[in-house]
Amino acid sequence: MLPARYVVTGRTVETADSVTLRLEPLERPIPRFQPGQFTMLYARGVGEIAVSISGDPSVVDSALTQTVRAVGAVSRALHDAKPGTVVGVRGPYGVGWQPSLAWERDVLVVAGGVGLAPLRPVVLTVLAQRWRYRRLIVVAGARTPREFLYSDELKWWSSRDDLALELTVDHAADGWTGQVGFVTQPLARLPLDPAATTAFVCGPEPMMRFSAETLLRRGVPADRIRISLERNMKCGIGQCGHCQLGPLLVCRDGPVVDYARAAELLSVREL
Amino acid sequence: MSMFDQLSAFALLSGMSPTHIAVLSSAAKEVSFAAGDRLFHEGAPAKGCWLVQRGCVAVDAAVPGRGSVVVQTVGPGEVVGWSWLITPARWHFGAIAVAPTVAIELDTDQLKAFAEHDSSFGYPIAVALLTMVLDRLQTTRARLLDLYRNPADTPMSPL
Repeated sequence: MLPARYVVTGRTVETADSVTLRLEPLERPIPRFQPGQFTMLYARGVGEIAVSISGDPSVVDSALTQTVRAVGAVSRALHDAKPGTVVGVRGPYGVGWQPSLAWERDVLVVAGGVGLAPLRPVVLTVLAQRWRYRRLIVVAGARTPREFLYSDELKWWSSRDDLALELTVDHAADGWTGQVGFVTQPLARLPLDPAATTAFVCGPEPMMRFSAETLLRRGVPADRIRISLERNMKCGIGQCGHCQLGPLLVCRDGPVVDYARAAELLSVREL
Repeated sequence: MSMFDQLSAFALLSGMSPTHIAVLSSAAKEVSFAAGDRLFHEGAPAKGCWLVQRGCVAVDAAVPGRGSVVVQTVGPGEVVGWSWLITPARWHFGAIAVAPTVAIELDTDQLKAFAEHDSSFGYPIAVALLTMVLDRLQTTRARLLDLYRNPADTPMSPL
């Protein structure tokens, strides 16, 4: 439960409220992470929050890459952390995306807003082991064109022949020539092989519900739609109960679960 | 591919019988638009309905001080243009191709005449159009929720 000390060695501004931090251990590093897992990040003197890991799992070093959006006091402190700042790290925790479930299948990644952060390791895993997977489709939605995370990387992805990228925004801006609409629009019309598709979906809860329902209508089985739940995590190891969602402790049994399991829970208001 | 086959392959029309698809074919033709071609202008009399097969069409509105604002884009498998269905038949928004686009254009005068003459044709057409409108309404509602906004923009934030 004791956090390991990490130092901020890089800070990339992604959007007006989000940055990606590179963290390097000052002592023993935490164990290697799996895509979709999270850490508990501690801003000294302020507090601790769960933050998903957005780094490349194929890079073998002890550094961590985490994307933080400034929402409250702790995330603001982490967002504002300059290189040289020491933070505490516990983890990695939780059940991740398990990309191996999509070996020899089509991979459909659906991200809404900052939901792209925990999905980035899935995309990078598939790209690093391209022979294991069939088609790779990434659908990402943002409020405006300026609010996409990893804009340089998205340009690189869009130039690749082995990845189909669909970007859509809620509100167009001058110069935007891409799609305008909710993420369910491309999902409804994309050429899919539903029985051979595994979908990884992350974003605000209603966005995941709408996306999952669209995919169900397209014929993708519920147990092949994986979503990442977000609840208020405190201990990260299934002891405190803060993140309970029905029978699940999200930090221990999630955050990634399949929609066959999650659908009923998400339909209960205030659960 | 014949017009009958193209219409049969359009998911929105999957509930229509072959007989009705054949009737629809007689009011349909394939059209192409270059990027920048305008399908129709806001406020003009509404005629025509386009089933997009390839490309992308932007639905827009002129906003003083902001120019032409795109409110939605429509891609393959989707439909542009339904204002012709309800009087007064005027386009509420404009539509412009933003990429080379191929679509099936329906002659909506003929379509209305067929539907008024034969309700067994008109009903599935109305259902198909309602399906499209409902889908558009739901995606618009989802956008109205402004789901990607920063929660800190609301008064209380626990984290």
